[in-house]
Parts: sequence; structure tokens; C-alpha cells
Amino acid sequence: MSPLPTDSPEKGLIRRNAVYLTTIFAGAFAFEIAYDTGSNKIWDAMNRGRQWKDIKQRYMVAAEEDDE
Amino acid sequence: MLARTVARSVPFRGIARQSLNRSSTRASSSSAGAESANSPFNLTVTASVATAVAAGSAAYLYGQEAFASTPAEEGLHPTAYPWEHAKWNKTFDHAGLRRGFQVYREVCASCHSLTRVPWRSFVGVMHTVDEMKAFAEENEYDTEPNDQGEIEKRPGKLSDYIPAPYPNEEAARAANGGALPPDLSLIVKGRHGGCDYIFSLLTGYPDEPPAGATVAEGMNFNPYFPGTGIAMARVLFDGVVEYEDGTPATTSQMAKDVVEFLNWAAEPEMDDRKKMGVKAIALLSGLFAISVWVKRYKWSPIKTRKLVYNPPVSRR
Repeated sequence: MSPLPTDSPEKGLIRRNAVYLTTIFAGAFAFEIAYDTGSNKIWDAMNRGRQWKDIKQRYMVAAEEDDE
Repeated sequence: MLARTVARSVPFRGIARQSLNRSSTRASSSSAGAESANSPFNLTVTASVATAVAAGSAAYLYGQEAFASTPAEEGLHPTAYPWEHAKWNKTFDHAGLRRGFQVYREVCASCHSLTRVPWRSFVGVMHTVDEMKAFAEENEYDTEPNDQGEIEKRPGKLSDYIPAPYPNEEAARAANGGALPPDLSLIVKGRHGGCDYIFSLLTGYPDEPPAGATVAEGMNFNPYFPGTGIAMARVLFDGVVEYEDGTPATTSQMAKDVVEFLNWAAEPEMDDRKKMGVKAIALLSGLFAISVWVKRYKWSPIKTRKLVYNPPVSRR
């Protein structure tokens, strides 16, 4: 008795090791990107107006005008 | 008759018990000298007295606080201020850092060094790269020895460290009446009370020392400084700095900005550290919840099984 029915997607995934490994690696990359993007967005929302990226516009514009 | 039987019966019982005791506990009774001191009552009394003496002396020794210094030598404990940047989910206020660096440059830097902070560390934190290059070039640094072995001067680069106002400790002491202005790179970590202490110290100078306080020649009174006599005079007065972003430069505003800046100098990694910590805790909490669920899932058949005992049927 297999724990999964033979036609379920999980069964197809772990039948071939190459497919299984590729899925794990791709999933890890995708999760990391999604997790970092999401948590950075939350972090920036909690610190709105406090970080350098929020205030640098004032000083970058002035610096460019000096160059020209 | 009656008395004799009673008197006779007691010794018999006593002899029987003694012989029984001796045969069963010979080793202990033969090794112990004074048998009366080993009685359970005496042992209990001795242990109780010893415990009471130990507890009493400990309470006497540790119960009362011992101060090596008088309150004046200890210094007034600083007020605990609700620093916004000290919250676990808040970064530094980088506009405040920029103002704090301006206060350091224009006020503190004439006496206090910041030798562990290079110019490059400001780039992308509170200044643009062009601004910092300009700051660095205002200072001269020694070059490597040239072909003739001579050391020349060159303008500063981003990789240089902020130069100290005095060439060495002796020069610093000579210029400040024997007192050494401490390096401020790690001062927030290096003082009890951290930000609270430095803010209280900077804003805590009274107009004149209180009655009865003795202030040595060339010293200033500050209740927050251990010993109350500090060589540094009050330096932050309203409007001593003109902020470029229009923030009113009050004494407390400047003190708050420069304290936050010094906290950044001591902990430049704080923003990243907090963000990484929040991420790691959130992720590990999720993994822990999953592991708890898996454990309960795997154990559920064992936890919910029922064992039934069927006693053997007696053949009769």
C-alpha cells in the first residue's frame, strides 16, 4: 500500500530523482526570493521615512545639479 | 508480686531489643563513639541550628547593599528615554544621523576623535559618495614613502579614517588641562547607560553648581558625570549649529541627533542586524510550528490507540 495514490502530482514528482531535486532547488530559490521581497517590503513599511533610500532624493538631486 | 512481674518483664524486652539491634546494626554502633550525640533528635537540632546560622549570616552579608562610592562619586543615574531607534523593529533615523554627524563635525570634532570610522562608511548611510569625497579631501594624510624615503602629504580618500584632532594622548591632555577627551567611536557601548547617559550628560549642565557642591579649578559641574566634576564644559546651546534641513537646532535636538549618530558609529550594523533577526525569527517560528504539527501527526496513532487487556479465562 503506497501512502499516495499513483496518479497524484506528488507521486509524479518523486518518481524521478532529477525532477525531485530540481523541484526542491527551484522551490528554495523561489521561496527565498519571495520571502526576502515580502519581508523587505514589510520592514520598509515599518520604517517609512527613516532609511537612507527614503531621504536620499533630496541630496542626490542637489549633487547632480552641481555636476552639470 | 505485681511490681516484680512488671520489673522483670521490662528488662527481658529490653534485652531482646538490644540484642536484636546489635545483631542488625553492628557496624554503625561499633564505629560510632558517642551514641547519644547521634540520636535523631540531636541530629535534627544540630542541622536546624547550622541552617539558621548560615541563613542568618548570608542575609546579614548580602541583604544590605554595599556601595564602594558615594552617590556623588557614582553620578546621577540617567533618565531612561524612549529612543525610537532602540526599538526592535526600527532602524536609525538616517536624517537624524546626518544631522548628528553635522553636530559632531562642527562641535565635538574639535576635541573628540572618531578614529575607528572611515569616510566610506557614511556613503549610502547619511551622505552621497560625492559629499563624502569632498569631506575626505579636506584633510591631509601621509603618503607612502617615495623613492627618496620622504613622506609627503596627499588629500584624503574615502578609505581613510577620520583624523583625530590631536596627534597623540599627551597633546590632547596638554590642550585640555590634563583631561583626555575620549574617542567617541564606541562611546555608546563603552558607557553605562549608553544613549541615555550621553544625552543626560550633554543636556544636564546646570546654570551654576548647586549650593554646597565643590567644583575644582578648571572643572565644570555635571550631576550625571561620576564624581560630578567634568573637564568638558557645556557645548550644546540653542542654535550653535544650523541644520541644512531646517530642523530647529535646540539643545535637546542636537543632543538627540548626536547621540543617535554616536550609536550608529558604535553599531553601524544595527539596521541590518535587526532586519536579519526579524527575518530569522519569523522563519524559524514557522519551521517550529511545522515541526510540532508533524510530530503530532506522526504520533497521533500512538497517542490515540487503546490497549485492551483480556484476562485469561480460567478453566474450571
